Amino acid sequence: MIAFIIRRILQAVVVMLVISLVVFAIKKEFGDPVRDLVGERVTPEERQQIADKMGLNDPFLIQYGRFVKNAVTQGDLGRSFLYNKPNLEVIVNHAPATIELVLGTALIIIVLSLPLGVYCALKPRSWLSRFTMSFSTLGVSMPVFLTAILLIYLFAVHWRILPSYGRGETVDLFGNGIWMTGLLTIDGLKHLILPCISLSTLMLPLFIRLIRSEMMEVLETEYIKYAWAKGLSPKRVWLVHAFKNTLLPVITVFGVQIGIMFAFTLLTELVFQWPGMGFMFLEAVNRADLSLLIAYLVVVAALFVVVNTVVDILYGFINPTVRIAGTK
Amino acid sequence: MKKLLLTVLSVFMVMSLTVSAGAKTFKMGLDADPVSLDPQVQLSGGMLQLSHWVFDPLVRWTQDMEFEPRLATSWERLDDLTMRFHLRKGVKFHSGNDFTAKDVKWSFDRMRKSVDFKGLLEPFEGCYIVDDYTVDVKTKKAYPLVLNMATYFFAMDSEFYTGTDENGQPKDAILKIGESFALNNASGTGPFIVTNRQHNVILEMKRFEDYWDTNSPGNVTEFILSPIKENATRVAALLSGGVDWISPVPPQDFARIQSDDKVKLVNINGGRIITFQMNPNRVEAFKDVRVRQAIVHAVNNEGIVKQIMKGTATVAAQQGPEGYLGYKENLTPRYDLEKAKALMKEAGYENGFEISMMAPNNRYVNDAKIAEATAQMLGRIGIKVNLKTLPKAQYWNEYDDRAADMMMIGWHSDTEDSGNFSEFLTMCPNAETGYGQYNSGYCNPKVDELTIAAQSETDMEKRKAMLQEIEQILYDDAAFVPFHWQNHSYGVKKNVQAQPVINAQNFPYIGDLVIE
Repeated sequence: MIAFIIRRILQAVVVMLVISLVVFAIKKEFGDPVRDLVGERVTPEERQQIADKMGLNDPFLIQYGRFVKNAVTQGDLGRSFLYNKPNLEVIVNHAPATIELVLGTALIIIVLSLPLGVYCALKPRSWLSRFTMSFSTLGVSMPVFLTAILLIYLFAVHWRILPSYGRGETVDLFGNGIWMTGLLTIDGLKHLILPCISLSTLMLPLFIRLIRSEMMEVLETEYIKYAWAKGLSPKRVWLVHAFKNTLLPVITVFGVQIGIMFAFTLLTELVFQWPGMGFMFLEAVNRADLSLLIAYLVVVAALFVVVNTVVDILYGFINPTVRIAGTK
Repeated sequence: MKKLLLTVLSVFMVMSLTVSAGAKTFKMGLDADPVSLDPQVQLSGGMLQLSHWVFDPLVRWTQDMEFEPRLATSWERLDDLTMRFHLRKGVKFHSGNDFTAKDVKWSFDRMRKSVDFKGLLEPFEGCYIVDDYTVDVKTKKAYPLVLNMATYFFAMDSEFYTGTDENGQPKDAILKIGESFALNNASGTGPFIVTNRQHNVILEMKRFEDYWDTNSPGNVTEFILSPIKENATRVAALLSGGVDWISPVPPQDFARIQSDDKVKLVNINGGRIITFQMNPNRVEAFKDVRVRQAIVHAVNNEGIVKQIMKGTATVAAQQGPEGYLGYKENLTPRYDLEKAKALMKEAGYENGFEISMMAPNNRYVNDAKIAEATAQMLGRIGIKVNLKTLPKAQYWNEYDDRAADMMMIGWHSDTEDSGNFSEFLTMCPNAETGYGQYNSGYCNPKVDELTIAAQSETDMEKRKAMLQEIEQILYDDAAFVPFHWQNHSYGVKKNVQAQPVINAQNFPYIGDLVIE
């Protein structure tokens, strides 16, 4: 078992090294960060001096070596040119906004998709089911960007009932400035509504359809027919027998999709000026903040690698055949 | 229990009363926020705006391009090299320290160490304290733009920035990368004190109670600045009442803002010229003045201002805008397709040729659209254009390499003087002197000679003649393809008196802003 864990950790390290190497190799394509730091009057020689000081003119391997060394020995992923702070700190500061956005969206999806999906499966011919199904097609096919702008114009500009940008009032959750949350103020919650709705339009139709088809499939199985034959009440058959078994595959998919949703926050954050990680990433691309870009990609890669590794190790514990398959 | 509830309620009521009495909160949405709180670390529009809010210059520009006394109450020229400034008495810094001549000298000396500003301060010899409220500014040779430069002399609190910070670093350090005291702490004499700053999210300021300018009608007590990058989001923030002021307003939304009865659109002429440069070192044909003339005549810049800019720019035929010393009224736009074709024929390029063209796509207002229109217009006189547009982060590297035959550049004279355009854009490129740093290869020794002579001509009439002659030469030479000067556009709520506080430099003086 220990050999298995060590092997997985080694694999993870190799993956991270490759990812960071690839990013380092293409970073010149993003542009020149020094240009963004200085005024137009500054001469090319002075720009070169600044680049020298920042170590941007060193050979590729030296820069990469320095990055790896600092990362491994001090856990230091460099400094952001744009924010002028350590990259890790910048990333950690932007994470709460994105996490809260995803949480809110997940909540909307759960609350709406479960009853709607189940209803559509039970009463496929009713007008509400037909409406839901055609509406969900629309939701899937409309770009998030457009949905967001439409929502802003309706709720913020036209009716003026919800704010159009930003996070609103935030409070410091732990009192140390790391986690600024908008969940504890009315203003903050109001700011969450529109971004969460527009982000949810992408996944919500998917889950309604998934729950509906899973439920319909379950309703066709033998044991449900048996339950009916036993003369159980419809409520009991639907909610206890059928629904429970529908839920299992749905939860698995939900777990995967939540991860994907973090990637989709990008556009939503851009439209709503939401100060999360997607917004930070776009800013970094725009302003050629290579240092922050690299750090961000490495952190994201690390998260994926760690999660996958932990899952694999757990699988190894639960089902020893995985381990055996892995050793050959 | 009831009693307790009543007490709590009445306490709340009293509190809410005191908060609302006379307090005017002003919310502004801009496309970017200032990179730091150190006024001398970066020379950029955003930083200068902040400097006018938190610090104060010796003099500042008025709307009609005059000088207005601020920390200097008056000034006199002692001789060709020396200008004496008399300073305002009784001015306090945010820290409580008194403002005196030593702060002016200290700020001046610090600015000379800044990479971004030292080029601007090149003509100066030094700043000398005469007494507590008088300083002499000396230049190396006769220099006509001392007052123009005094608009950059923002006073920093010398005591506040002296000593070492908690990391043991000197507090006056100017750092582009890394922590420094001045990046996160500010003490100026300006109308607003910074109370909260989260980079790229929010900048909160409150009115400085001891602000010296008690004659100012400004009544903003809380000032909240939010960067809102997306054009559509920024406009929506204004229309929804989320902010009181946005800038810039994208031209495609002008009509939307004008049609809304809660907000208004305010425009003011700006000084940033948009041009294309033709590189004679890459294209043989560009060496022929007739070809350059043909290109200028083929470009319908009036049409571009009307169609693409929706009237939010001023059509240009020279470098400096109206109001600048070198402005020459008889230089008018020259769109004439027939003449352009004739010129091409005369030059022997009847069948045209093929060139490459590059422009940024997120630097100037509608830059990529302007480039596309230009490429089409040149097609009409047989010049086939291969256009590439790039984000600014990548564009400037290509520009440094002069990577295309025609390249777009916009320029705003940071001295608000015509000579500056020539120094950077049309003087013969010279790596040693730094002149022509952004010139793609046009070169006329007469322009160089006149520009340099104008730099030390203090007789304004003579100087004007020189600068106008330069404009005429460039016009006749068709040295570049002129488009327009960008206007500054603001969308504001009806009750915000924006008109009196804006200016051609785009430094709205929010300290003087009145909200009804």
